[in-house]
Amino acid sequence: MVQSAKPRTLFDKIWDAHVVDRMEDGTCLIYIDRHLVHEVTSPQAFEGLRATGRKVRRPDLTTAVADHNIPTSDRRKGIAEEESRIQVETLEENVKAFGVPYIPILDVRQGIVHIIGPELGLSQPGMTIVCGDSHTSTHGALGALAFGIGTSEVEHVLATQTLLQRPAKNMRISVEGTLPFGCSGKDMILAIIARIGTAGGTGHVIEYAGEAVRALDMAGRMTVCNMTIEAGARAGLVAPDETTFAYVKGRPHAPSAANWDKAVAYWRTLPSDPGATYDKEVVLKAAEIVPMVTWGTSPEDALPVTERVPDPAATADEKRRAAMQRMVEYMGLTPGQKLSEVTIDKVFIGSCTNGRIEDLRAAAAVAKGRKVADGVYAMVVPGSGLVKKQAEEEGIDRILIEAGFDWREPGCSMCLGMNPDKLKPGERCASTSNRNFEGRQGPGGRTHLVSPAMAAAAAVTGRLADVRELG
Amino acid sequence: MQKFTTLTAIAAPLPLANVDTDKIIPARFLKTIKRTGLGKNLFNAMRYNEDGSEKPDFVLNQEPYRKAEVLIAGENFGCGSSREHAPWALLDFGIRCVIAPDFADIFHNNCFKNGILPIKLPAEQVEKLMADARLGGNARITVDLEKEEIVRPNGERIGFKIDPFRRHCLLNGLDDIGLTMQRAGAIDSYEAKLRETQPWR
Ligand code: SF4
Repeated sequence: MVQSAKPRTLFDKIWDAHVVDRMEDGTCLIYIDRHLVHEVTSPQAFEGLRATGRKVRRPDLTTAVADHNIPTSDRRKGIAEEESRIQVETLEENVKAFGVPYIPILDVRQGIVHIIGPELGLSQPGMTIVCGDSHTSTHGALGALAFGIGTSEVEHVLATQTLLQRPAKNMRISVEGTLPFGCSGKDMILAIIARIGTAGGTGHVIEYAGEAVRALDMAGRMTVCNMTIEAGARAGLVAPDETTFAYVKGRPHAPSAANWDKAVAYWRTLPSDPGATYDKEVVLKAAEIVPMVTWGTSPEDALPVTERVPDPAATADEKRRAAMQRMVEYMGLTPGQKLSEVTIDKVFIGSCTNGRIEDLRAAAAVAKGRKVADGVYAMVVPGSGLVKKQAEEEGIDRILIEAGFDWREPGCSMCLGMNPDKLKPGERCASTSNRNFEGRQGPGGRTHLVSPAMAAAAAVTGRLADVRELG
Repeated sequence: MQKFTTLTAIAAPLPLANVDTDKIIPARFLKTIKRTGLGKNLFNAMRYNEDGSEKPDFVLNQEPYRKAEVLIAGENFGCGSSREHAPWALLDFGIRCVIAPDFADIFHNNCFKNGILPIKLPAEQVEKLMADARLGGNARITVDLEKEEIVRPNGERIGFKIDPFRRHCLLNGLDDIGLTMQRAGAIDSYEAKLRETQPWR
């Protein structure tokens, strides 16, 4: 069939290439190229398959790993928390029973599912990638349509390798110009969310474009796409380019030999056509971005670190005023207080947002030759075993350990506090993760989302310092 | 999946915006390998004190809302993670229908897969239903999916629209997987074509 001449977006192209069947009402059955599975959202899906006598249709397109629950201390001792252990054991039984490839906890390739997908070359441009986890949006950095699904959909993909979906709307966010010194992909995405709000992208797939996005390395692009879900959109995309191809090439599951050339030739056709239209467009100037920090309990409540805690009383809208009041109280902040003077108890560097080697390098660059401030506990949790290994080869672990950071084993850790790494009630944390919801890092815990460089600056100063002051 | 046809029930008012999935069910309760039993931890931080006692001012700790089957909520309900534990917890508590000005996409999707009806309505109409819900036990509202309308306690009718395919599945309690498996032929031919044109995938 001849494709219509209408210019298409990157999203349209990936979507069209994956439609298996189309229902009368526009719902499509779309094919899934990669399915990543972890221990928290899969047990009930496998239980469903068992109950109905169904099989996994394409185990070869499926990869399972445990990440959310596992301790970041030495795993050879096993998992002490009983419920966590049961979830991991259940995953291990399920992958065996259904023939799904699994990366064991003690394997060097183990890590956070969104770190290891790209790292192992499982995630590639033009693919559809799903996982029972909302931060699957991360993989969109490779120019893949990647999104989180619920457990019923996990079961649906396991059984059929497809999903029932309706096409999303197209949104483009362009960041023009060059990011200033001290700013990273994290600051860019926090600035974007502060601008469009946590529901700003609802119903859309966001394509990130513009010079500042193109200039990001793959790690930066992954950080931006990762937090797309915090902007309300299920998937973020960056058009594949030379940076992408160079990143994918040579990875264990990347196409090789003749297939590589075929794949690249196809990937080059993916970027949006000139003249393609978007349902929503937003433009930001990179030069105006400043290192960001969240002050509230929603990712949209982010401000430049040079600002002050906002005053709810100065807000006209009654609902917003009440919400702000609640947030300021929960966070234990005083309106008008300078953000850079807010003191912290803990620092968490890691997560699928900022647990890559580039992130650890950025943190180490700030920590080098400095010491973690008195009374502050700072932990570094590499995103995967391979990230950890590389960091150790580069000597990053030594810089951080000498500065007084705790160097841990890979996993989700204090990003969501399902394992023993948690904040105590009232504790304040500068965190490189993605969600500052009430209690996210432990009941009563207070989270300030920042970049890895800003987190390291917080660790060595004991406050939400502007990393640019440290030079 | 349980069917959803019509429901006449007590509605609980929860007038907060951006109620995220961590609020609905905090991560530490996701360690289950079952779909049931999460209701007691629904809205945990809002519902219980640190010692486990109930917070009397939280709506679901009050009569008659302990028996609520409808939740009237604020903007962007269900934002955050993809955890289906959020709808499972609502369902286990007894909530079958959530009405809000808008929902986060994944949560919205997950509701349909579990027999919960999420209804999007303009903010003014949600406000009216919020006021009805505040009336408590005598003010039951009726949600009729067949007719796609809500009947307020005063008899006023509010129409809503649900995607036809999802409505059909919910009305009949149909399981998506069974429906898709009937299309196995289409999936087979898609895969065959793929092996030829994109062998690396
Ligand atoms: S690191 Fe955090 S956000 Fe990422 S998958 Fe793990 S829990 Fe989810």
